Amino acid sequence: MDQHEQLGDELGSSDSSRRTFLKRSSALAALALTPPVAKAAVDQGLHEKVATAFEQMPLQVNINGTMRQLSIEPRVTLLDLLREQLHLTGTKKGCDHGQCGACTVHVDGTRVNACLTLAMTTEGATVTTIEGLTNGDPATAQLHPMQEAFIKHDGFQCGYCTPGQIMSAVACIREGHANSPDEVREYMSGNICRCGAYANIVDAIMDVKKGGARV
Amino acid sequence: MTTNTKNPPIDRIDGRMKVTGGAQYFADFELPNTAYCVIVGSEIAKGTIAGLDTKKAQGAPGVLGVFTHQNMPPIPGWDAPVGGEADGPPPRPKGEQYRILSSPKIHFDGQPIAIVVADSFERATYAASLVKATYTKQTARTDLRKHVSDGVAPRGEDGGNYSRGQADGYKTAPVTLEANYTVPIEVHNPMELHGILAHWTGASTLMIYAKTQGVNATQQAMAEAFKIDPKNIHVHTEFMGGGFGMGLRTWPQETAVVAIARKIGRPLKLVVNRSQMFTLVGHRPYTVQTINMGADQTGKLIGIAHAATAETASYEDFTEATVNMTKFLYACPNVSTRYRIVRLDRSVPIWMRGPGEATGAFALESAMDEMAHKLNLDPIEFRLRNYTETDPERNRPYSSKYLKEAYQRGAEAIGWNNRKLQPGSTREGDWLVGYGMSTGTFNAFRWEASARALLKADGSLTIQSAVTDIGPGTGTALTMIAHNVLGVPMNRIKVEYGDTSLPKAPTQGGSAIVSAVGSAVFDACTSVKNELIELALKAGGPLAGRQANELTMADGTLSVEREPGKKVAVSDLMQANKLTVIDKTKDSKGGPEHAKYSMYSFSVHFVQVRVNPLTGVVRVSKAVSVADSGRIVSPKTAASQMIGGVAGGIGMALTEEAVIDHRFGRFVNNNLGDYHVAVYADVPAIETIMIDKPDPIINPMGAKGMGEIALIGFAAAVANAVFNATGQRVRDLPITPDKLLRAV
Repeated sequence: MDQHEQLGDELGSSDSSRRTFLKRSSALAALALTPPVAKAAVDQGLHEKVATAFEQMPLQVNINGTMRQLSIEPRVTLLDLLREQLHLTGTKKGCDHGQCGACTVHVDGTRVNACLTLAMTTEGATVTTIEGLTNGDPATAQLHPMQEAFIKHDGFQCGYCTPGQIMSAVACIREGHANSPDEVREYMSGNICRCGAYANIVDAIMDVKKGGARV
Repeated sequence: MTTNTKNPPIDRIDGRMKVTGGAQYFADFELPNTAYCVIVGSEIAKGTIAGLDTKKAQGAPGVLGVFTHQNMPPIPGWDAPVGGEADGPPPRPKGEQYRILSSPKIHFDGQPIAIVVADSFERATYAASLVKATYTKQTARTDLRKHVSDGVAPRGEDGGNYSRGQADGYKTAPVTLEANYTVPIEVHNPMELHGILAHWTGASTLMIYAKTQGVNATQQAMAEAFKIDPKNIHVHTEFMGGGFGMGLRTWPQETAVVAIARKIGRPLKLVVNRSQMFTLVGHRPYTVQTINMGADQTGKLIGIAHAATAETASYEDFTEATVNMTKFLYACPNVSTRYRIVRLDRSVPIWMRGPGEATGAFALESAMDEMAHKLNLDPIEFRLRNYTETDPERNRPYSSKYLKEAYQRGAEAIGWNNRKLQPGSTREGDWLVGYGMSTGTFNAFRWEASARALLKADGSLTIQSAVTDIGPGTGTALTMIAHNVLGVPMNRIKVEYGDTSLPKAPTQGGSAIVSAVGSAVFDACTSVKNELIELALKAGGPLAGRQANELTMADGTLSVEREPGKKVAVSDLMQANKLTVIDKTKDSKGGPEHAKYSMYSFSVHFVQVRVNPLTGVVRVSKAVSVADSGRIVSPKTAASQMIGGVAGGIGMALTEEAVIDHRFGRFVNNNLGDYHVAVYADVPAIETIMIDKPDPIINPMGAKGMGEIALIGFAAAVANAVFNATGQRVRDLPITPDKLLRAV
């Protein structure tokens, strides 16, 4: 990377024009400072892949019990990594600004907004998504008590915010913030449900809490 | 008949998929080689693009194309004027839909000026930031309040006026009031972001995963835009993350993405950002209303005049039924209504839950409360004195109306007798306590729909219809209807929906789907049942010699009611006739009876509020909503719709307002941090009450709609309760603390 930035500087270019430059394959191929691998790649017209290679960094993260060795751009959010690269689409994008909670996942057991979390910051961490709350095929797997309670109390309508609500609800109990309906309302207020299933979700959370099941 | 007994509450059929993350919304589908679109929006509200620099964006890594009005691939159907063909329920917007990326002209802030396509979302987002435009600006008109006098009757409508009796009869009454009410811009803001995933699977065959309330409507819109046979367009929307109206039409950016996908030759995904949800997919229009009302000392209404003026876009006339309920809700000899629109430099509105009726009900039901106060009457008593058993607008009976019972049951549940007639007279600690109520009503429709029922010899039943389930529990309701007709256990019934390969169904909206699609399911299942009965009764059949009306069907068995033991299993009957499946598709619609009756659902909302006189904060501390919507098909999901209406109503009453900085014609709070929808802490425990009495006319289930009435009127109930608590009348929504403190 250093060598590459230096190249850009010598050519008096900004970061973005450096990328433009990389795309000009014939000019790039002539430069001695270019790493040989890149040079070969560009010669084969693979300049896009070269740009990709320069922009990617390694990431090791445990997702739903599986250790993943990934190579990602540093600007990728945990939410987009889960959805677009790992196809764990249970986690939803509602605002991309940490304002709605639809993307709530657990990182090392704490609920976070995946849209506000750069994936690179989860290096070495354990991430749990809605898919990790049950094991196996969603059509047949044994459900988590919170999932059962959401069905029993009809804690959803369109279902889009539901994975985030459930991840948040589980954390809410684990944190010790589910001692009364009012406390649940306070500690769940970061998860918006536009269909307005709040009253039913509060019932579901209190039901799980009172039932004493391990969450 | 299925209408005779109440239905049991059942769990939502798609609950498991929704709680496990297994439910796939449009953006969740994975197509190999998908590229990503990002929209660049205009930075001015009116004018012309003078210069557009896309060079840097085009050179950014991974970029596959930057599309503007200068290089947009042609959309064949746009060779003729494109009507405002909103695909939802009538009335449809009139005028000419703006053609995305077709000219340098800017009609509204945020209007797409470029669509950037790249091989990853991050790359497309970055490249979009490199697109630079310069403009020739014109002064934009975005403030309805400044332009109310420019209101015009909508194109093609009969002047937007209605009257019976004397138009200004209210003036002759001994007690009169005049009041102005404002409902600001509200934005649907479903949790799922709008967008599309489009894939040309051949030169003229198309696969679309859409965020639409109607797959058939999207299919039709794309067929017209690309001049291809609808049969070659496959649209799939099994799950939709909320619509509330914003998915009632195919938006121009969807068409643009499909056109670009064809050009690029890869599947394309567009997911707009939250700010774009405020400008690209409609909103509830800013509306100002005036009510003039007159009554006599006995509490009889003498006259009502209701005028509404709402914003629309410069390019399309959007209208809604804002003043309609004033024409028929109360017995009143002199009624006039007037509806006007003002064309502004804004994007076009679209029906938002409750649509115009919710806006109108805020005015009418606030005014009813104001008049009751003037007459020193209880607001329920005032409504009862003007109760009507027939529709005064059309002079015909209602198909069913149990509104009186709804008033009574709701009043008991909220503890209405704790309400003091004198405002500001109940205090608990630091809080002033008040009670308010209001009425809601909405047309009960029965549109045309079709459905297919497939009964297999193993006893399982599959129901198919193209209808989308945006959240109300359509699939669950259809399961119940099929079960009631055929007696197949509910866990042996599968409902397939949300796909254009299935029998055609209307767009989900207007609280009409259980009535429309449910009737089609009823008819298809009845047709299956009739065939089974025929097989059983025919000569040599197991129940030969009996009459069809002697038979009952339950748990996979046909039995003769009065002869215990005389029965035949459906599977045996089918096997004996060498049938592996009975497969029936039915088109269904209402008959001439629909012209003889006025069909409406009704709701009554009751709230208790607490108002802090020091801070002006309003808390809804109790809510009771009562629905008179015929026989309730699926009580559990229906109750959820009602509590959802309460949450939406609390937002409408207390927090929701999209604010424009009119110097720029741009929203200042176009995100969920600043546009406040109700959150958990705003919403108390809610009691829902279903009258649950079948409508004998509308359809075989006796079911009327539920989704709209859950919201309609609620905001007025809150405003009325705030008045009862404080003596302060707030007529401009939302009721924020500053307005209450200013009033003090």
